[in-house]
Amino acid sequence: MKTTFLIPLPSSLLPQAGRDFARDRVAAAALAVLSLILLAAIAAPLITPQDPYDLARLDILDSKLAPGAKAGAGFTFWLGSDDQGRDMVSAILYGLRISLGVGALSTAVALGLGMTIGLVSAYAGGWLDNLIMRLVDLQLSFPSILIALVLLAVVGQGVDKIVIALVFVQWAYYARTVRGAALVEKRREYVDAARVMAFSARRIVFRHILPNVLPPLIVVATVQVAHAIALEATLSFLGLGMPITSPSLGLLIANGFAHLLSGRYWISFFPGMALLVTIVAINLVGDRLRDVLNPRLTSHYGA
Amino acid sequence: MLVFAFKRLAQSIAVLFVMSALVFVGVYAIGNPVDILINPQADQAEIAAATRALGLDQPLWNQYWTFVSGALAGDLGKSFAANIPAVRLILERMPATLELALAAMVIAVVLGIPLGLWAGLKPDSVSGRVIMAGSILGFSLPTFWVGLLLIMVFSVWLGWLPPTGRGETVTVLGVPVSFLTWDGLKHLFMPAMNLALFKLSLLIRLTRAGTREALAQDYVRFARAKGLSMERVVRVHVLKNIMIPIVTVTGLEFGSVIAFAIVTETIFAWPGMGKLLIDSINVLDRPVIVAYLLIIVLIFVLINLIVDLAYTALDPRVRLAGRSA
Repeated sequence: MKTTFLIPLPSSLLPQAGRDFARDRVAAAALAVLSLILLAAIAAPLITPQDPYDLARLDILDSKLAPGAKAGAGFTFWLGSDDQGRDMVSAILYGLRISLGVGALSTAVALGLGMTIGLVSAYAGGWLDNLIMRLVDLQLSFPSILIALVLLAVVGQGVDKIVIALVFVQWAYYARTVRGAALVEKRREYVDAARVMAFSARRIVFRHILPNVLPPLIVVATVQVAHAIALEATLSFLGLGMPITSPSLGLLIANGFAHLLSGRYWISFFPGMALLVTIVAINLVGDRLRDVLNPRLTSHYGA
Repeated sequence: MLVFAFKRLAQSIAVLFVMSALVFVGVYAIGNPVDILINPQADQAEIAAATRALGLDQPLWNQYWTFVSGALAGDLGKSFAANIPAVRLILERMPATLELALAAMVIAVVLGIPLGLWAGLKPDSVSGRVIMAGSILGFSLPTFWVGLLLIMVFSVWLGWLPPTGRGETVTVLGVPVSFLTWDGLKHLFMPAMNLALFKLSLLIRLTRAGTREALAQDYVRFARAKGLSMERVVRVHVLKNIMIPIVTVTGLEFGSVIAFAIVTETIFAWPGMGKLLIDSINVLDRPVIVAYLLIIVLIFVLINLIVDLAYTALDPRVRLAGRSA
């Protein structure tokens, strides 16, 4: 039986795909939550009671207040405040901006890079394909956290460095996914037809094959964004990720860790909850996307 | 079989060389070790002398040769911070990490296989669904945050378990271990649970998927039609057949457990080699970083080799496929 990847959805089919997606209520709810998180992160400067990184707005007398306490400035610390008197709600929303931004940026770059490498590998075949796939195998046999740690240990810290590290650990997934799908597409009649018409290899690869391998790629990308966000948070927690000037959720959690043993759980608990809800929502949306875009592709873990 | 083993061994050695070259280029060629090794107040003459002493004025391939021959002899330089050979420092910390990783693996296997089996046998029951939902959560929860939650609940709120350290150890065959003392067990429990969580979720899913697949096979239906009890069918026919992928994955994942121990050890201040790596990165103790990397690459390659060979021995089909190809 031939594997079928759906051709890119024409605009008339998009509502259909949307209805398919919404039929799973859990996924629809996850998408709603994810949209809310995105909106809140983008609108953070407008909706937070305090700019958490404007030192003039912080009051040390407000530090380490429990959730629900009143701030000196009049508003309420719904999720408490940290050791600087920073409102946790504001800090989390600003942290989400950074976490989501780094996750999305690194995924986009890795997607572009891995996609190109995978397409070239599949189309060229031969020794080049062999070499690239050996590299991919080699890299995927090591856990991403280890590779990222090593890279950061070598190149040092900073926002750009962590994006590089996240791109580096992700590209191989895309390269492998795209290559697998492109190998199937390569044998199709339309590619033969394009070749007969003497189109350049570049045109065939990017204009003909690429659109047909997008659906599985989108699915992998969704899951990878969650993965990238979690990895960035872990690295930041270990003190090797984001610099103190760009406090992502991971840094907020690390900062709260010091206060955990004295019972002030909220400083690291709530940023962690925000991280968890974001990751779960993305994973649920990704799972559903996979079912809708490609019913034949079974789950990564066989469930 | 022998030919296969030999080929596989040659491959592993090739991978080791490639990785050692990558580590070498990454650590020695991209960064300049002189900046870190030499006192910043040193003048030009001192820098030149130190560069010569470290062999950094040699051509790159020459340096690589020195590095590899040193590595083969187990000499990867001295730790700047501790001033003892880096390899020895890591080997001293290794038993703690191995103990933690083994404990985590045992927890994952002992809990994961029965739970996965249950979820696979009763996929539509409430308990089956709860198990699956739990495993999805286990995949999504960042390891380090689960560690924090464990400390928060069991150490801060309940006060049952100590939050950090390894506790009292007993020396068995020259290796200190925690799991033989009550105090050591109390220290081991939380880090091991934390490290096990991800693998537990993975094993649940794997076992469940394998069980469901096996249940739909003809030989299971035939065994049931023959009048065998469900219990016997599961124990003899289903379990036996899903064991091969489970054993493989469990083996392969052992390496990643050791790598993930970096995070768990940092949270629980467990004195293993993962925590040593983070500490070394923070003080730029390069020889230790390099030694850690080479040792972990070696562990990974060894695990992959052993699992591959075991797999081939367990499942003759793999061997046959390899021969015809």
